[in-house]
Amino acid sequence: MPKRTDISSILIIGSGPIVIGQACEFDYSGTQACKALREEGYRVLLVNSNPATIMTDTDTADRIYVEPITPEAVEKILAKEKPDALLPTLGGQTGLNTAVKLYESGALERHGVEMIGAKYEAIRKGEDRDLFRAAMLRIGLDVPKSGIAHSIEEARAVLAEIGLPCVIRPAYTLGGAGGGIAYNVEEFEAIAERGLSLSMKSEILVEQSIAGWKEFEMEVMRDKKDNALIVCSIENFDPMGVHTGDSITVAPAQTLTDREYQRMRDASLAIIREIGVETGGSNIQFAIDPRTGRMVIIEMNPRVSRSSALASKATGYPIARIAAKLACGYTLDELPNDITKDTKASFEPTIDYCVVKIPRFAFEKFPGSDTTLTTQMKSVGEVMAIGRTFPEAFQKALRGLEVGRSGLGLDRKDQYLAGDLPARDQILAKLRTPNSERVHYLRYALRSGMTVQEIADATKIDPWFLRPLAELVEFEDRLIAAGKRGDDGLVADLLRDAKRRGYSDRQIATVFSKTEHEVREARKRFGIEPAYKLVDTCAAEFHAKTPYYYSTYEPQDEARVSDRKKIVILGGGPNRIGQGIEFDYCCVHAAFAMRELGIESIMVNSNPETVSTDFDTSDLLFFEPLTGEDVLNIIEREKPAGVIVQFGGQTPLNLARQLHDAGAPLIGTSVESIERAEDRDLFAKLLKKLKLQCPANGIALSKAEARRIAKRLGFPVLVRPSFVLGGRAMRIVYDDQQLDASLEDAIEAAPDKPILVDKFLEDAIEVDVDCISDGKMSVIGGIMEHIEEAGIHSGDSTCAIPPYSLGRAICDQIRAATHALAKELSVIGLMNVQYAVKGDQLYVLEVNPRASRTVPYVSKAIGVPLAKLAAKVMVGKSLKELGFTQEIVPKHVSVKMPVFPFVKFPGVDTILGPEMKSTGEVMGIDKEFGLAFAKAAMGAGMQLPRHGRVFLSVKDADKRNILPVARNLVDLGFQIVATDGTYQALRAAGIDAERVNKVQEGRPNILDLLANRDIQLVINTPHGRNPRADDARIRSRAVQLGVPVITTLSGAQAAVNGIGALKRRDYDVTALHDWLGVTVKPLPPKLPVHESR
Amino acid sequence: MPESGPALLVLEDGQVFRGRACGAAGERIGELVFNTAMTGYQEILTDPSYRGQVVVMTYPLIGNYGTNPADEESRGTFTEAFVVREMCWQPSSHRSTESLPEYLARNGVVAIEGIDTRQITRRVRDGLVRGIVSTVDLDERSLLEKVRRSPGLDGIDLASTVTCDKSYEWSEGYVRLTGDAPFERRGKRYRVAAIDFGVKRNILRGLVETGFDVTVLPAKASVAEILATRPDGLFLSNGPGDPAAVKHAFPTVRAIAEKRIPIFGICLGHQILGHVFNATTRKMPFGHHGANHPVQDLTTGKVEITSQNHSYEVVADRVAELEVTHRNLNDGSIEGMRHRELPVFSVQYHPEASPGPREAQYLFGRFRELVESVR
Repeated sequence: MPKRTDISSILIIGSGPIVIGQACEFDYSGTQACKALREEGYRVLLVNSNPATIMTDTDTADRIYVEPITPEAVEKILAKEKPDALLPTLGGQTGLNTAVKLYESGALERHGVEMIGAKYEAIRKGEDRDLFRAAMLRIGLDVPKSGIAHSIEEARAVLAEIGLPCVIRPAYTLGGAGGGIAYNVEEFEAIAERGLSLSMKSEILVEQSIAGWKEFEMEVMRDKKDNALIVCSIENFDPMGVHTGDSITVAPAQTLTDREYQRMRDASLAIIREIGVETGGSNIQFAIDPRTGRMVIIEMNPRVSRSSALASKATGYPIARIAAKLACGYTLDELPNDITKDTKASFEPTIDYCVVKIPRFAFEKFPGSDTTLTTQMKSVGEVMAIGRTFPEAFQKALRGLEVGRSGLGLDRKDQYLAGDLPARDQILAKLRTPNSERVHYLRYALRSGMTVQEIADATKIDPWFLRPLAELVEFEDRLIAAGKRGDDGLVADLLRDAKRRGYSDRQIATVFSKTEHEVREARKRFGIEPAYKLVDTCAAEFHAKTPYYYSTYEPQDEARVSDRKKIVILGGGPNRIGQGIEFDYCCVHAAFAMRELGIESIMVNSNPETVSTDFDTSDLLFFEPLTGEDVLNIIEREKPAGVIVQFGGQTPLNLARQLHDAGAPLIGTSVESIERAEDRDLFAKLLKKLKLQCPANGIALSKAEARRIAKRLGFPVLVRPSFVLGGRAMRIVYDDQQLDASLEDAIEAAPDKPILVDKFLEDAIEVDVDCISDGKMSVIGGIMEHIEEAGIHSGDSTCAIPPYSLGRAICDQIRAATHALAKELSVIGLMNVQYAVKGDQLYVLEVNPRASRTVPYVSKAIGVPLAKLAAKVMVGKSLKELGFTQEIVPKHVSVKMPVFPFVKFPGVDTILGPEMKSTGEVMGIDKEFGLAFAKAAMGAGMQLPRHGRVFLSVKDADKRNILPVARNLVDLGFQIVATDGTYQALRAAGIDAERVNKVQEGRPNILDLLANRDIQLVINTPHGRNPRADDARIRSRAVQLGVPVITTLSGAQAAVNGIGALKRRDYDVTALHDWLGVTVKPLPPKLPVHESR
Repeated sequence: MPESGPALLVLEDGQVFRGRACGAAGERIGELVFNTAMTGYQEILTDPSYRGQVVVMTYPLIGNYGTNPADEESRGTFTEAFVVREMCWQPSSHRSTESLPEYLARNGVVAIEGIDTRQITRRVRDGLVRGIVSTVDLDERSLLEKVRRSPGLDGIDLASTVTCDKSYEWSEGYVRLTGDAPFERRGKRYRVAAIDFGVKRNILRGLVETGFDVTVLPAKASVAEILATRPDGLFLSNGPGDPAAVKHAFPTVRAIAEKRIPIFGICLGHQILGHVFNATTRKMPFGHHGANHPVQDLTTGKVEITSQNHSYEVVADRVAELEVTHRNLNDGSIEGMRHRELPVFSVQYHPEASPGPREAQYLFGRFRELVESVR
């Protein structure tokens, strides 16, 4: 059946900002879908508030709205664009929930929009716990005992039925937000209450705990002719009880007999049919009792999910692309398998390797957070690795995680090698409670003499996963014994065996007390080099046309090496706070740039969620860890004309020196310039030469030295390690005690690296500048004025283009300084500079001669693809040739606002500082600052109230400056509630306010008002020296309740501007194309296909 | 006790693979086939259709869940030798009663692990090749000579070497797992005579579940012997080797068909029906062996994901008597057909699954409907 001709325009809802549980996998799926639908000639409309996405590039869809993903804003788009259809299944839970609300409010009917892919009834049946459960029982499938509750009383009644321990799952939330396992009544009450408040429909499922059972996932596809198939099965290393997003997972399923697998497959197909997902992909989760084999259904996602992205990358089957084609009427048998080209999409991929995914956590960013892994997702990214065996893939994933580990043990962080094996009690505790370090404790447990069975009993991890680890430990003994014999021990057979088991050169170097380089040389002397094998969907049954490779140590290498000019682009690895989708965006643009120039692009990355690892983003894709060893292996065989390290964030930059020394042709700004900007001494000289100033500072190699510097500069000072991203372990400290604590953290974050100590400029305005340079000339991309004062990490700051308060003179000063820096550093490509403006003084805080986090935002604000241009500059094009010679100062205002994961870490203070904590960002565009800010706030999920009560509590220094904000609020019709100090200040200035008790002043106090939903906005500026525990509780509680919290005065002023703008007039939605005065480019012609060897 | 010393696989083109033994000691020669199913190694090992073949598993991790008596597809193993990338010596499954290496050793299957099975797969897809696996002779040249001297499989009636000695009744339904509904005998039952050319047990189970009382007969059963079971239908099973060599069965099947007794054939049974009704068979480049092959039902347009195991295909495009009902979506080969006049139909793939997807099991029901319609 051909595609539908009765519809001509289709709206896709994106997933908005990156949050825990919803990351760049939906940019990947959405971008694929847009492309797939445009290929069919549909007019594709898109809404997404996240500027750091490829999908919001003006060439991805016909009309792109960078607007808040709220039912209200999307309905405005429906009214304006009148699309024929809405495809709700590609934008994660956000997209799906928004579509559901639009249906329920009648908006879809009002505007004549048909939901395609999944109908409302199917979504409801899949998402509503009660309906889903009933459906499962109807088709004869087993589910855990459970009950639904809409109130805490109902929840208690259900508990009486099923008993403890039990799992609480809120309906319609993302990443299991608000859920958890309760082992006692107290925990039950707390989790149930939180779940009810977080669920879109105040609905929770209370379920019999099956923690410890084996967990599986199936990725299912279905077309409208009812052809259905399984794309991939996934088995979780961590058993039930840990959210699948936080679990180590393995594809395909490993421990099911064919009968058990087929039963699960039959159930999956029955479920997608019963739920009625008409076309596209779904994800279904199962649990199996390891003792009896009893199988129960956990849940389904009637949409493309994080697991679908993983399944796509694990098999080569482009789920989102196919789902989009199916939604517009095609059937599976009509679509080609894009990998083989000769066979059809209607088949089940079979793989001949093992895939391991390991989540990446960011607990170090949230001191005091509970690091236990539960049914609520806490990880911020993931790494995927492919190998021919489980240990090989597992060790590749561990080193690809970029947390300072080179594999399973035998590295610098190995406590066993250091002779510091943890005590048995400590090991057992780490085994019994799931946590992010458990993997390494499994090895310590083996090292301490525990048997596989004992470990399996303590962890409920299937022995199948543990035995290979035990074998690795046995092998380690051989390695260590050989290591004691030095060079005599380093023999070919042992080395080959180690490589086949996935050991990195670095681990081997540790054992043999050699450098990584020496091991590499020895290995190459023995002729032990990796072979590259294809990910081809079919286990080599057919010839594959798409070059997607992984390394392994086998005899036969099948990668083709062309003689075209080629460029290697190093990606950013797993997402983490400080390094995420923005850098992937830049890498994708580099690949696009090479394609436009006719140069072969070779992508190296390990993050399955990304667009950069889509099979057709680059000409060749190597799904590999981003370590020196793995990258050099590729460079040595491909012999590229250039290697781009400045787009993938800190990950490739940290490799720059090693790659450069090994002779890799890095292109763009030189390693020397990068080091000149990073090295404090060189940097100081550079500024001096350019007659620029920076805050007084010093560099310390020891704690004592740091203390001396702090004394010289005077508190407050800013302490930070060098060579880290996202302000890791960066602190503003006000006294010696704080200084000592921060030094510990700095050393932990970057051992053996110098510690930087700067004089902290209080109450300065921070400015970010992105600029591009070809070595001859430089052009400013954008000047971003931060709303929060300097001292808050730029990634956590809200900012605006163009600057909204800076004068012309200072802007010109900034421009001049930026050009001078670019010239002096001979920047070729991108450069980001952070400035602080205090009075009329300009300070340079930091220079980063690389792509920055703000590049996509700036590119969207000015309508120029900076990363793409920069990539072209790096291969020799001049800015003149590229036609970008002048700074563009847009007439519209673009506000970028960060999004924080505090709701996932109850009890953690929401206060902002120099260490980055946000996971993502949104952009709001409008004619004036107020509306742009208001839109950004809406997009970020901050419910700026239009009326109600505002709680004010500010530090003494802010008491005077809060007055105009308070007056504005009163003028806008708000009532003000304040604790005593602030209350007195307001009253003294003649502003009406209501006094409320502080927490320790008795009840009712501010926490009660919050709980009763009597407060609609919290403005609470922390006391710089000693943030008070009380304040922290208020902020944390407000976040849990979904009440917006503003922690800076300037932020408060901006919010008031936004509220004012909204109250004056309602906002409009405008397509990015209209703001920028551009139209979408037609799709490029298909590139010639390369045959694998 | 399974062997674990060095082992060699030598292909007739001279390629040598050094690995470790992981099954019985010995030496076996056969035609190499790769199977792309990721689960179901025990079912594959016990599928009589693999007689004469050395099976290479494309999935690298084999033996993970061990073996158990319920997953046997016949009275024993038939594969000549078994080639894997990585053998699991200590399985994990509540169903497992014996590890795969122990099972292989007990059943006398020579097996080798630790070699690049993907490399072999790429070799086999480019053209048929014979190989020798040995744990006893580790001399490459001697092995090469042996494999080159060995005869091929074309023209040999392998079915007669795997069939049962004498007829027997089969009455078991499908294997149940925890939580599965039990088998209930309900409704009217019919009698089917199943000719065993190397039949898999799940076919017999499928027939029983669909309402048949099953009598299994040896491959060379005569028309009289078949008719003596008073069958409502005749079933022709899967089996190994060259269908053209099973000539003895052709007149028998034709005689039954002409009595308008409904016939259902699977795999070799399908190929035999091809020969009976004037089509031919030919050897395929590397056959279909796996659990993910898309087959389109030409009447409904729907696609089934099927389990497959065959090296020969029916060529029937110009045969007036037969109508092609199913085709392989990847290579267009014939996957199903029916006779235009007689109540006869067949499929090349394996609706009984085991291993593989079970969505074609409805075909047993279709056979029952055919039997009902004729009576």
